[in-house]
Amino acid sequence: MKFTWFNLMPWPYLPDDFREKNRSVWVDIDQRLFDPVKSHEVYNTYMDLLEYADTLGFDGIGVNEHHQNGYGIMPSPNIIAAGLARRTKNAALVVLGNSIALYNPPVRVAEEFAMLDCISGGRLVAGFPVGTSMDTNYCYGQIPALTREKYAEAHELIIRAWTERDPFAFNGRYNKLRHVNIWPRPIQQPHPPVHIPGGGSLETYDFCIDNSYSYSYLSFSGYLRAKHLMQGYWDRVAARNTPDASPYRAGFAQTICVADSDEEAERLYSEHVLYFYNRCLHVYPGFADAPGYRTIKTIQSGALSQYAPPRGSFAKLTWKDLVEGGHVIAGSPETVRHRMEDLIKGLIVGNIFCLMHVGNMPADKCMYSTRLFAEKVMPKLRGVLPECEGDGRFWCHPIATRATPGSLPRPYEPARIAETV
Amino acid sequence: MLDLKTAPTRHADVRYLEGGAGDPLVYFHGAGGMTPDDPLLVALAENHHVFAPYLPGYGETEDCPALRDMLDYTLLGWDLVRAFGLTDPILVGHSMGGMIAAEMAAVAPNDVSRLALIAPAGLWLEDHPIPDMFTLLPYELPAYLFHDVEAGTKLLTAGLKLDDPQFLQDYLVRNARQLGMAGKLLFPIPERGLAQRLYRITSRTVIVWGESDRMIPPVYGPAFEAGIAGARLVNIPEAGHMVTLENPAAIAEAVASLA
Repeated sequence: MKFTWFNLMPWPYLPDDFREKNRSVWVDIDQRLFDPVKSHEVYNTYMDLLEYADTLGFDGIGVNEHHQNGYGIMPSPNIIAAGLARRTKNAALVVLGNSIALYNPPVRVAEEFAMLDCISGGRLVAGFPVGTSMDTNYCYGQIPALTREKYAEAHELIIRAWTERDPFAFNGRYNKLRHVNIWPRPIQQPHPPVHIPGGGSLETYDFCIDNSYSYSYLSFSGYLRAKHLMQGYWDRVAARNTPDASPYRAGFAQTICVADSDEEAERLYSEHVLYFYNRCLHVYPGFADAPGYRTIKTIQSGALSQYAPPRGSFAKLTWKDLVEGGHVIAGSPETVRHRMEDLIKGLIVGNIFCLMHVGNMPADKCMYSTRLFAEKVMPKLRGVLPECEGDGRFWCHPIATRATPGSLPRPYEPARIAETV
Repeated sequence: MLDLKTAPTRHADVRYLEGGAGDPLVYFHGAGGMTPDDPLLVALAENHHVFAPYLPGYGETEDCPALRDMLDYTLLGWDLVRAFGLTDPILVGHSMGGMIAAEMAAVAPNDVSRLALIAPAGLWLEDHPIPDMFTLLPYELPAYLFHDVEAGTKLLTAGLKLDDPQFLQDYLVRNARQLGMAGKLLFPIPERGLAQRLYRITSRTVIVWGESDRMIPPVYGPAFEAGIAGARLVNIPEAGHMVTLENPAAIAEAVASLA
């Protein structure tokens, strides 16, 4: 099992009447609600928390990319990952990921990911999302019906840039490059492991299967509702005669809150969880799914955007609803262990993205929950899927001898040298 | 009565409606598509031999991934004129279809002598931004599209069974196919450089605008008029962007003036 401590980096100062006064947390969110000076503290605390997770033995620490979004102040995850590369020692840097259709040219992603892999000593896990419709179409202006074609071309270009050793010409439809020859290139060979976040589209299932990439379902609806979708993925794995059904072929994101008891979990965390579901997921439905973004096949399969809840809304859910519905796994270490086992066995997922900072949760509570999970839950989950053992294809492979950041020698001193001569 | 037929072109087999007698006329529909009983087509067919293609993704015409941008659709327009066996037909287009017709006239000015643009897309005025139609929810649309919002709402919601999952899925698929194609020309801003090509249009041109158009506001009428030498602008009172439904007779009259 691989556990990645993930931070969406929500803005923690959305007002109580946010839902009433604003139509969306995303795309056209009110600029005035962001306070750059306050963000200085927020960013540094969030990065500290990611670093804290590394010290507790999480396998990975995770960041992602969103734009114009009140629950994700990370338009460039690579900037955060660069900071983490220097200040952490062991955890994989799971960048989930760069929306490769948005970079012009996409060799920029090949270069920056290579830099992260080199600086971190081979700790990068690379994510290539298509990106949500909000980010990709409404914020970054990509034409919905052409987004997937552009994504596919960007993917081909990046993999070739990572793996070919001589300069080549790339005559794409969206990218015309006469001399592709990235410098630097990644440590990991043939390239860093790739995880693909998806929302249930068949094309993405096949793309992962064909390339031996891990399929990550990043949902906020919890593991009970994910069952149908993940089963669809595993059915597809079987139908395409994939050589194995390693649990590392799949990942799942789950909101997790651990306390001393179930009651304490509710007392400590419910306001922060409700902040997330009530304010942070308040997305105007008109932004959820630009026509043409999702393929016809995918719509026909019934996979709709999770940002367009068909009935009611997240805001109506109480703590009890969220916990019983599995949106959130919360409670004592024993409760959480039990439900995590259900999740892991039910979805057959080897990669767990632990959403342990939730909404406007303050650092001290987040650390408490994180420590309890790391010490009392995670060790007991390690062996839940024995078939994970020995499969290193979907995780990073750091080099053995790694530099110690901040360990410069004493500066050159001409006088001392002269004396010794 | 219009018949449904198929015109093979290089990239797509295009389904189209054909009917009426008179001067040949090719009509390009807007982003909302068209129906066989479209009142404008019926009105035009009284005095013209009408050819009205369903653009890829609309009606029974399959999506066409090979057609991606403005030039592709402009040339599809001319491929269709040839497939219909026509020379110098009257070109008429509404909204997105008007954008296509205007581009056709701009790239091949010698091949078209009469042009009618009905609330065409294709220009962008900084002071008069066009609403982002791709974010509008179904219930929000009538206010942008119709002069008589109440009547328009009835028209758009007739037969909608949003509680029926199968209906909903079909609706979403239709929406994705149609607006997915429209997005190639209109997303995120419905402007693809037409302004710098308008001067090439030499056709006798009439521009028709509903005075209550809240999708592409009437201020765009004079902008087209100024860009096309000799163009005549006709403003239609008590009609919105769907002037094609709200006053088809006025459009037919404007088209007749091109003769």
